[in-house]
Amino acid sequence: MLQQFADWLIYDMCGLSAETHLGQALNFFIYDTTKILLLLFLISSLMGIINAYMPVERLRGFLSSKRLFGMQYLQAALFGAITPFCSCSSIPLFIGFVRGGIPLGVTLSFLITSPLINEVAVAMFAATFGWRITLIYIASGLVLGTVLGIVLGQLRLERYLSPWIQQLLQSPPLSSDTTADAASLPFLKRLPAILLDAWRIVRGVLVYVLIGIAIGAAIHGYVPEDFFADHLSTDSWYAVPLAVVLAVPMYANAAGVVPIVQVLVSKGVALGTAMAFMMAVVGLSLPEATMLKKVMSWRLIGIFFGSVTLAILLLGYFFNLVL
Amino acid sequence: MKEIIILGTGCAGCKALFATVEKVVRESGLDANVSKQEDIMEIMRYNVLSLPAVVIDGQVAATGRLSETEVKKLLGA
Repeated sequence: MLQQFADWLIYDMCGLSAETHLGQALNFFIYDTTKILLLLFLISSLMGIINAYMPVERLRGFLSSKRLFGMQYLQAALFGAITPFCSCSSIPLFIGFVRGGIPLGVTLSFLITSPLINEVAVAMFAATFGWRITLIYIASGLVLGTVLGIVLGQLRLERYLSPWIQQLLQSPPLSSDTTADAASLPFLKRLPAILLDAWRIVRGVLVYVLIGIAIGAAIHGYVPEDFFADHLSTDSWYAVPLAVVLAVPMYANAAGVVPIVQVLVSKGVALGTAMAFMMAVVGLSLPEATMLKKVMSWRLIGIFFGSVTLAILLLGYFFNLVL
Repeated sequence: MKEIIILGTGCAGCKALFATVEKVVRESGLDANVSKQEDIMEIMRYNVLSLPAVVIDGQVAATGRLSETEVKKLLGA
């Protein structure tokens, strides 16, 4: 349906031929933009609805009261996935979790998946790579968060927390929730605010999406098929690490990066490399690292981000082999 | 007079909320004093899980990003 709209707009209304590079590039631009923005709005709204009923305060309650053997890591990873991430919230979240008596490893599971699986990344992936790849991406994020949380939880990393946090840990766990929120409001009354929020997310990334798609469309229309497959051997060993290194400074531009990556994949870049790139863009954030400095020693930050990086690299190689 | 404190570590969302609250207070002529708290140690005394947060007279009234309408409702302006 969207494709028909794009065809109609570009080929019929503007009178451009489907045979020309300009016509193809413009058609691709219109089709991709509408599809991405629609999906982004839908998924953001859905996340907003889930979040209105599962605020992070309630999730913390679940995690600190119901200890399911080994399952609390997976649970924390799942909760991280449905919670919107903002690097400025990572500190209060971290302290709030640890003070609530939630083990450090479980808290880290949450902190790893929260940025990795977010509405922007999921919507962009679904719009550009389809649902199968998106589901694989989500599942990998969950596995990554769960496994790393378990591993890091075994390492007794508490000693690398900042001294004042260690002191806080000595005091009895807090359980009271101070936030008075509107959980009792009927659904229909909350919906406008949720939709408004989703629209705010779409508006916030709109510019990046447009720039990304424009660059993608240009490559799509002008760079010949198999260009990268011919000129950049995709199964070379350094493709995945290179993608991860390039991804770190791209933080907050996830929305603009995916359309370009999609085009690169269609021109021969391997999917595992693309997946590792995407995970590194959202998961390895420098602002978050500097924020965490307030509660962790550099050593712990190094261990934390080092292991996430390693896991992303392994996933990238793995998917290059199987996909 | 209401004592309103915006908790936030200086991220974009926190600054936006501070500006919104100031605007609402100014336009409605509400008798309130608006200030910012950016020190994480002080912020943690309020036991919040997400930022930014609005504290009214010592009580956490709301967390997360709020629209102007939501702020108006919150302040009774």
